[in-house]
Amino acid sequence: MYNAKYIWPGIILFVVVFTSPFWMNMGLGKYERPAVALPLTEKYCVESREFMAAEHMQLLDYWRDVALREEKREYVATDGTSWTISLQNTCMSCHANKVEFCDKCHNANGVDPYCWDCHVEPRGNN
Amino acid sequence: MLFSLLAVIVLGGIAWLVAPNMPGFFGIILPYAAVLVFLAGFVWRIMNWAKSPVPFRIPTTGGQQRSLDFIKPARLDSPFTKAGTIGRMILEVLLFRSLFRNTKAELKDGPRMVYWSSKWLWIFALIFHYSFLIIFIRHFRLFLGVDVLPFCLEAIDKVDSMLQVGIPRFYMSDALILAGLLFLLCRRLFDYKIRYISLPGDYFPLFLLLGIAGSGVLMRYFMKGDIATVKTFIVNLVSFGPISASGLPPIFFLHLLFISTLLIYFPFSKLMHMGGVFLSPTRNLPNNSRAVHHENPWNPPKKFHTYAAYEDDFRDLMDEAGLPLEITPEEAAARAGAAKE
Ligand code: HEC
Ligand code: HEC
Ligand code: HEC
Ligand code: HEM
Repeated sequence: MYNAKYIWPGIILFVVVFTSPFWMNMGLGKYERPAVALPLTEKYCVESREFMAAEHMQLLDYWRDVALREEKREYVATDGTSWTISLQNTCMSCHANKVEFCDKCHNANGVDPYCWDCHVEPRGNN
Repeated sequence: MLFSLLAVIVLGGIAWLVAPNMPGFFGIILPYAAVLVFLAGFVWRIMNWAKSPVPFRIPTTGGQQRSLDFIKPARLDSPFTKAGTIGRMILEVLLFRSLFRNTKAELKDGPRMVYWSSKWLWIFALIFHYSFLIIFIRHFRLFLGVDVLPFCLEAIDKVDSMLQVGIPRFYMSDALILAGLLFLLCRRLFDYKIRYISLPGDYFPLFLLLGIAGSGVLMRYFMKGDIATVKTFIVNLVSFGPISASGLPPIFFLHLLFISTLLIYFPFSKLMHMGGVFLSPTRNLPNNSRAVHHENPWNPPKKFHTYAAYEDDFRDLMDEAGLPLEITPEEAAARAGAAKE
């Protein structure tokens, strides 16, 4: 092999960088889906749990649009329940423990919603 | 073209219809195998190139090579020194300098041939590659099982989603990678000269990458899956403790199968230019063939017969013929006698 003094460092660098997802997790143990603190008193969310886990951000987007563009502050869920459209007063009244609910899951997934630049974060716990 | 498109569509169909029912194979075995094939294949190709001797400089340069002192050399385009060559490599790898010099020949107003400097290929190639890099780096938020992401990852995410359009926030790199890929595809489809020389090996990677980016975009903005659960699967996969993939959304299987295909296909395709660019003899050698003697490494060892040895062989005959000699027979005999003592 020619130019081994350049080829070997190059190959090693490539392999190390490419396998980084594999070795960067070493020693962290098994990864579990973040265990979030659910509301103690309520049993049901606005929509089903599966729907909320996957699409809560899009629901919020929809809420924001209908509330502010169409002045409609009522949302009828698929099961017929009617909810007042409000991030702070509806979502956060049940999910008052924001740190252990929204934040915990978001940190684990590397998302950082900017909503709280303006909206007031709930302070209380359940 | 149609063949490549069909191949990608069939792969997509398999991912959509079959994969969710065979999560063990498509979720765990295939991705692991793909990573192995990719790494081994990549290293094998590099070794193969590294074993090929490049005895001569290949100065396909775009500039004046170093010559007399009063002629100005192009230090980067026709580098003479090591530093200049490193500079040329950096420009090539980071800024695609040789694409920047791309010219295009076109027939204008009847039979008039016009050559012009075309920067479109260069700019869209840059857009595509850098979007890919940014998306790849951003994906580490899905790979790392840490509580708080390193600052640099978060910063890239923030800048990329700076427009704050929609929820989930729209990433600029998502639009740019699709735009880049679509341009590169249209270039092959609508420029008849390029279309003529395009092969399935040119279309397939484009469709595959469109499939990867397209399925990723669909998964993020349109066909939401539960990302927290998907991430749980991914992190355990990369920490070698895979958990069952059953129940994950089909769109994720689509993304994953396309990526596994890309990894397996990569070492055997033109995509190897990722490693190959570093080993391009026309880029990584200084243009100094007039100043430095380069020996061909596979030349057989030379057999020399010097004049002195020739004279030794024929001294007496030459002396008889009256030819001038450097060492006369008498001198030679005296030396042999001295050596014996
Ligand atoms: C009436 C109280 C209530 C309101 C209002 C409410 N939630 Fe929930 N939420 C719950 C409960 C209870 C659960 C757990 C549901 C279950 O386990 O079936 C839940 C579950 C969730 C989950 C899934 C958590 C997981 O572990 O996957 C998300 C995400 C969520 N809620 C977000 C929201 C958002 C966003 C809003 C506002 C649009 C909202 N919730 C409004 C009570 C509420
Ligand atoms: C620039 C400041 C700002 C930011 C950032 C912001 N909002 Fe708002 N939001 C507002 C204002 C102002 C209103 C109007 C309040 C009203 O009329 O009741 C509003 C209203 C809303 C409403 C409907 C009414 C209500 O009381 O909740 C929703 C839902 C909402 N925002 C969601 C979001 C989400 C989700 C985010 C994060 C992705 C977000 N907002 C980020 C300023 C902001
Ligand atoms: C079970 C985990 C989980 C919980 C609990 C959760 N989220 Fe999320 N949230 C996510 C994930 C994952 C994303 C990113 C989705 C993506 O990248 O496609 C997200 C994204 C968002 C976004 C869009 C962020 C952006 O800028 O793109 C908003 C807004 C949001 N969540 C609001 C909330 C609020 C408010 C709560 C608490 C009431 C909450 N979420 C609870 C997992 C969760
Ligand atoms: C070849 C490299 C890859 C490319 C080009 C690519 C491309 C994309 C794109 C363009 C998106 C849209 C959202 C975004 O930009 O973040 C996306 C999302 C996603 N990708 Fe990839 N991807 C690649 C590799 C992977 C791998 C290896 C995995 C995990 C096994 C993965 C899992 C995901 C997931 C889960 C999402 C959804 C993220 C969300 O909704 O926020 N991708 N991908």
